[in-house]
Amino acid sequence: MDNPPTTPNRRRFLATALRAAGALGLGGLTAGLAAKRGRTGEYVWQLDPQKCIACGNCATYCVLDESAVKCVHSFAMCGYCDLCTGYFPPEPIEQRTGAENQLCPTGAIQRAFIEDPYFEYRILRDRCIGCGKCVKGCSAFGNGSLYLQVQHDRCLNCNECAIAVACPSQAFRRVPADDPYLLKVRGKQA
Amino acid sequence: MKRLRRVPCPRLRGHGKCRKRRSLPTRAWAGHRIGVGILFIVFLCISCRISPAAERFPPPDFTDHQLPATQAPAAPSPVYEYADLAFLIAALGLASYLAVRRRSRRGLFVLGIVSLAWLGFWREGCICPIGAIQNVTLAAFNSTYVLPLTVAAFLALPLIVTLFFGRTFCAAVCPLGAVQELVALKPLRVPPWLDQALGLLAYVYLGLAVLFSATGTAFLICRYDPFVGFFRRSMGADMLVFSLSFLVLGIFIGRPYCRYLCPLGVLLGWFSRISQWHVKIPPDRCIQCRLCEEACPYGAIRTPTTVQPPADHRRGRRRLALLIVLLPILIVLGFGLGWMLRQPLARLNPTVRLAERFYQEQTGRVQGTTGATDAFRNTGRPADALYAEARSLLGSFGLAGGLFGAYVGLVVGGKLIYLSVRRRRTDYQPDRAACVSCGRCFWYCPAEQALWKNNPAACGLATMPEKT
Ligand code: SF4
Ligand code: SF4
Ligand code: SF4
Ligand code: SF4
Repeated sequence: MDNPPTTPNRRRFLATALRAAGALGLGGLTAGLAAKRGRTGEYVWQLDPQKCIACGNCATYCVLDESAVKCVHSFAMCGYCDLCTGYFPPEPIEQRTGAENQLCPTGAIQRAFIEDPYFEYRILRDRCIGCGKCVKGCSAFGNGSLYLQVQHDRCLNCNECAIAVACPSQAFRRVPADDPYLLKVRGKQA
Repeated sequence: MKRLRRVPCPRLRGHGKCRKRRSLPTRAWAGHRIGVGILFIVFLCISCRISPAAERFPPPDFTDHQLPATQAPAAPSPVYEYADLAFLIAALGLASYLAVRRRSRRGLFVLGIVSLAWLGFWREGCICPIGAIQNVTLAAFNSTYVLPLTVAAFLALPLIVTLFFGRTFCAAVCPLGAVQELVALKPLRVPPWLDQALGLLAYVYLGLAVLFSATGTAFLICRYDPFVGFFRRSMGADMLVFSLSFLVLGIFIGRPYCRYLCPLGVLLGWFSRISQWHVKIPPDRCIQCRLCEEACPYGAIRTPTTVQPPADHRRGRRRLALLIVLLPILIVLGFGLGWMLRQPLARLNPTVRLAERFYQEQTGRVQGTTGATDAFRNTGRPADALYAEARSLLGSFGLAGGLFGAYVGLVVGGKLIYLSVRRRRTDYQPDRAACVSCGRCFWYCPAEQALWKNNPAACGLATMPEKT
């Protein structure tokens, strides 16, 4: 290099100073941001069932082929109705449990007689695709005990949830990973 | 109707048969029931608007039936995140050792594949340091978002390592880099002017990513990640086309994403400029064979400069002075342009979009409703609150857009100045910002190979004279 002999030294010193400042600044900035609220836990996505309008996007927009969102049932809220509007379409061909009479496109709801006149509706997780048809039926005409939730054994916890982007009701938000569900509880209505 | 009427109604338990069906009438409509039924539906619809999930049918009190629990499988334990972090630290250390000290291209290649397998295919591309830029930005601007420590570390560690060893993260840790490294089979030379011009795209992309995450609008980097779909082995048709074209492009243009889009690459490039131990081609023994220049698929080798005639030198100085005067003008111009762009920029924000659509619907400018406006009406929130929120967002987009424009002006002006400053080089050197430390240049260098043959143990950092 044909610079004056002092320059490389000065440059090297400057570079070292910059490096030290950069490393310290970065470390400080990230640690500061992470510690800002005195909580450093992980966060995961969840949808707020009180906002959800069961539009059907949950089934199709998840990055997984089989959506991470599935229907769940708060049994304590359920009326155990015989004519469940989450199970039967508004005009059932007949009140039998054949697939053609069910609202669920995959037959994921299991109807079981409990005692006269009550029936229990359980979601078969492996079949549910999270389309929200039953949710719509249940919240429009029933107790709203069927609703959608991100299932955390399936969710990849994408940095930007693809469903959150597509959700018309902005129902998705980040929740602490140690309390990752927004479950509906009886008597607690929005 | 007859068949249905036999069904006891849960609402009237203890009162015998149900007198009035709660369900919608079936096919057997009976004259006046149509009206009643419709009224009933309307009533239900209205009532469910006010309270989305009223207890219309009191849940029964079973004596001997145990209610099942709501299914809520736990989130995977944070152990995975800490394992990722441990892997990142180990891989960064190993990559730096392999690139700078051990000088092993083969080692870097293998490590790249391991990283691709771990961070890419096993952990399915999330969490990644490129995307972490957005989390950090969001945490800086949004007080309700808490930045997970692992995410913060995922951004900070590669940057700090780059400060000392150059872009060894890009060489063998980044899964996106590894994919492109694997497909770079027939890299063509991109003309330097085009290379520099396209390089500006990455700056713009970084600016946009920061803008949209600061306003809490979107995580662009994640949305348009070209390879994450492969990692998850699922993607939409449009993303598939996008990803495949990047893959095919990557055969002919080395690392197109890294060089022309990656926002982290911009930051890493700047950190790498002042790195302490950056990979070096053995420069003291350079025989000007130009093999390194040929070997680098990313156009990162800078060639020795020739002596400039004095007339050119004077002209160059004048141009530089002009560009320095131009810089503030570009910045101000950029600010104005960015501010003018606030509306189209803000339209990416779901709240702004909703407010706009809702306003149009209310004033009869458009017919029909959308899912979003329906959902908004359902909440019963006053429209004014929505408009106020959208207006304040638009205000922040004005400022953010202006700053973004000014930043783009600065980048363009800075690039022009950078290009017109002449640096003297006597041998072939990797450009510290552009070099991803892949190791091909010294791997192919005859001087290095001779060194390996004569004294393998001596090869490495210790024998390389410190060059600044
Ligand atoms: S996208 Fe939103 S509104 Fe639609 S079903 Fe999912 S949570 Fe509900
Ligand atoms: S209707 Fe859709 S959401 Fe409900 S159980 Fe079936 S698949 Fe799941
Ligand atoms: S975070 Fe990803 S995997 Fe989880 S629900 Fe959203 S899109 Fe699906
Ligand atoms: S430039 Fe970006 S995408 Fe490429 S290797 Fe580096 S961090 Fe990864």
